[in-house]
Amino acid sequence: MTENWQEAGFGLYVHWPFCAAKCPYCDFNSHVSDRVDHARWATALQRDLRYWAERTPGRRLSTIFFGGGTPSMMAPETLAAVIEAARGLWTPANDLEVTMEANPTSVEADRFAAFADAGVNRLSLGLQALDDGALRRLGRQHDVREGLAALEVSKSVVDRVSFDLIYARQDQTAKAWETELRQALDLAGEHLSLYQLTIEPGTVFARRAAVGKLRGLPDEDRAVDLWNITQDLCAAAGLTRYETSNHARPGTEARHNLIYWRGGDWLGVGPGAHGRLSFGTARLATVAHRAPGTWLDRNETTGSGTESEDALPPAEVAEEYLLMGLRTRDGIDLGRLRRLGGDVDASSLGRMVELGMVSTSGDRLRTTEAGALLLDAILAELSPIEP
Amino acid sequence: MTTDLSRIRNFSIVAHIDHGKSTLADRLIQETETVALRDMKEQMLDAMDIERERGITIKANTVRIDYKAEDGNTYVLNLIDTPGHVDFAYEVSRSMRAVEGSLLVVDSTQGVEAQTLANVYQAIDADHEIVPVLNKIDLPASEPDRVKEQIEDVIGIDAADALLVSAKTGQGIRETLQAVVDHLPAPKGDIDAPLKAMLVDSWYDSYLGVIVLVRIVDGKLRKGDRVRFLSNGTVHHVDRIGVFRPPMTEIDELGPGEIGFLTASIKQVRDTRVGDTITHEKKGTDQALPGFKPSVPVVFCGLFPVDSAQFEDMRDAIDKLALNDASFSYEVESSAALGFGFRCGFLGLLHLEVIRDRIEREYDIDLITTAPSVVYHIHTKDGEMQELHNPADMPDLTLVDHVEEPRIKATILVPDDYLGDVLKLCQDRRGIQLDLTYAGPRAMVVYDLPLNEVVFDFYDRLKSVTKGYASFDYQMIGYREDNLVKMSVLVNEEPVDALSMMVHRDRAETRGRAMVEKLKELIPRHMFKIPIQAAIGGKVIARETLSAMRKDVTAKCYGGDATRKKKLLEKQKAGKKKMRQFGKVEIPQSAFINALKMDG
Repeated sequence: MTENWQEAGFGLYVHWPFCAAKCPYCDFNSHVSDRVDHARWATALQRDLRYWAERTPGRRLSTIFFGGGTPSMMAPETLAAVIEAARGLWTPANDLEVTMEANPTSVEADRFAAFADAGVNRLSLGLQALDDGALRRLGRQHDVREGLAALEVSKSVVDRVSFDLIYARQDQTAKAWETELRQALDLAGEHLSLYQLTIEPGTVFARRAAVGKLRGLPDEDRAVDLWNITQDLCAAAGLTRYETSNHARPGTEARHNLIYWRGGDWLGVGPGAHGRLSFGTARLATVAHRAPGTWLDRNETTGSGTESEDALPPAEVAEEYLLMGLRTRDGIDLGRLRRLGGDVDASSLGRMVELGMVSTSGDRLRTTEAGALLLDAILAELSPIEP
Repeated sequence: MTTDLSRIRNFSIVAHIDHGKSTLADRLIQETETVALRDMKEQMLDAMDIERERGITIKANTVRIDYKAEDGNTYVLNLIDTPGHVDFAYEVSRSMRAVEGSLLVVDSTQGVEAQTLANVYQAIDADHEIVPVLNKIDLPASEPDRVKEQIEDVIGIDAADALLVSAKTGQGIRETLQAVVDHLPAPKGDIDAPLKAMLVDSWYDSYLGVIVLVRIVDGKLRKGDRVRFLSNGTVHHVDRIGVFRPPMTEIDELGPGEIGFLTASIKQVRDTRVGDTITHEKKGTDQALPGFKPSVPVVFCGLFPVDSAQFEDMRDAIDKLALNDASFSYEVESSAALGFGFRCGFLGLLHLEVIRDRIEREYDIDLITTAPSVVYHIHTKDGEMQELHNPADMPDLTLVDHVEEPRIKATILVPDDYLGDVLKLCQDRRGIQLDLTYAGPRAMVVYDLPLNEVVFDFYDRLKSVTKGYASFDYQMIGYREDNLVKMSVLVNEEPVDALSMMVHRDRAETRGRAMVEKLKELIPRHMFKIPIQAAIGGKVIARETLSAMRKDVTAKCYGGDATRKKKLLEKQKAGKKKMRQFGKVEIPQSAFINALKMDG
């Protein structure tokens, strides 16, 4: 029998924790620093890879993803060294997907070709908006002209390009979003990530919101209208929603992210990176030290910046599969959920089907179009409550 | 040896909450060194935590003080500290009958309050000599002359010789003790007559069984006697007799005019009814003391364990509490919405709160409290009358001839500035004005009000419209017919029994509207829209629709977010545990009581 993770593959996530500036909506592990010792980081990241490769020998590596922070601020040599090391430590798939998140500034766009030479074959651009006023409010370093130029550069250096937009922004009307999204679809290649703006705790936006200074955010009805516009236009353009906020032409989905949503294994290295690694029936949740200095120090003294590795109880493995899997259009396999030791609450499932929130076909459980927008509430219903 | 009647003085202290009754009692005890100073704790007569926290007395307490008077003789002073709340009016009346006089304690910075009035009238009814005591005389805001005048105007007793006291500093304490001897009458009684003793109060002690507080009227009570309780004919062997100093001190006998305790291996407080007459088994009297009546609960509500697995624990807790509280009634109730619990009857709202707090605190059981209801008299067409304790049990309207509800006489003292708001509140609650008089800058209004308009939040509303300056007291005045109907509440087309209530027909629309609007706020949105209706019989009188939830999804969720998302889900599930599933709808436990809180 195939192990659980093998149903979705094995990927590598590399976290580059540094940014030129902190965005007011971002709650990721990012740090602003202009004194980064690139050679030292390159050595350290490779050291961590070796540490974990010893424990995961012989695996076939499907994907590598450089996230952050701003990985496009990495030195191309560092990137090349990490990709090279990974290729040597595991068996790379023929179609190894190597994605880098990139900021669309002119400084970084100048280096896209070098990243492609280092082995990156997919770029994910943080375009975020096609409106200069909106970009300023989001605290971005680029303007629309610069962003579009960077998009052109990325298309010329790699085959696979995606970009992100944030919508349901302050004072954004349905009309304005429709115009912006049409423009985006004209520019888009195979893939788009479209996120409704979320005010995350601990961010500048959250502090502003708390004192009533973040005005003009859409109410629920407007947010739903904006979502519906998004679905309609993307579907018409052939960019199917395959996950809550991700759209792609069939066959061009982000394979790395699908590993997360389909319950595969991934190794997370770099400050604050999380990983999931299966060994037989056990599944480890790994977390690396968040602070870059601490991570580097632990890495150099012990061989790895990992802070903790805990075996997840079967109920949690199953719960993660449920809550990640239902984000995808394909949904989850109830048989696999039960084999993992989990289940859904049967009477809630009946109610959710009756309400048209989810559908089942055989052992496949999916959200419906209506249900996709209520996923968190659906999960609270379906996930069994322990007495 | 019994004490000579002429050397006994029995008295109580009448006061409003916070006017310093317990502190004064402590000082009197301290002054006579009944308790060694090191044993004094603050307010030693109020024993229970809840009593001490709320500054109220629930059970009667008593202390025997030996006082060497100015004439050189030692007098026995028995102080009964009476329950200070209207819920316990009957208990107060019995305590009052056990003594011959009262100290009327009034805070000289505040003046007379409504509760003072209710209790002082009880004292007057019991033919007490009343000695006015102006307390807190040490405070700069003290206005003894104004308060004396007020006592004379409002209560109608001579306050010229009122004692000026500060229980805090000890000023006037000795004079107070002397005034008790000089101004209060000695008790009367015949030591040779058959034993006649009044049961003043009783409570359960885990070592001694039930302790019975008695006032001897005639005859002598000795250790070893066999006594009969006239109300139920039970006979007990008296194994202990004593007095409180305040610690229990055993003595051999109690004579006429004396107050003390007996124990007789009695297991349940229920068997000892306040106001009962105790006599000897042989050669006793068959003449009961006047005024005995078994206590009757007037306010009912459902108490349900939040965690239904705690039902048996709750049954234990209630059984134990009932051992020590004969005035509290209960029976198992089963609600479609709330599962198994108890329908409990109380003497009033404070009594309800005390019992509920004790179950939650002493037995660690979280409770859902349903809306308090009063006892209605349902007269059916076949000429029968049944008591309705739970609106959910209201018989079919076609069977009902008419419904009677309990009414109260409410006395409210309020500064003139707030009078208009108080009158409006009383009118809104279907009140009938009986009296309106002025005492200085304050008005005293007397209203005939339906108890069901008062049980829930009247007092809160009163406090709020008068910024806390009004004082309020009430007494039951009987039942009267009115146009009363049962209002049901339907959530998603299904009736929720725990939310049904009795209302006056003319106010049904208003109450129904307020109720559905409130529920719309209290019930979280679901994935479908939920009609919330109030209905009388089959007729919907108010309706709101809770719109469906439209969007609830995390926008970004990648590998590093799984752990956080899992925690969020656990939190959502914990929240769901605080909900009660009702049909397809989940209703928060708190909604069952909060839905009743009206803003007007």
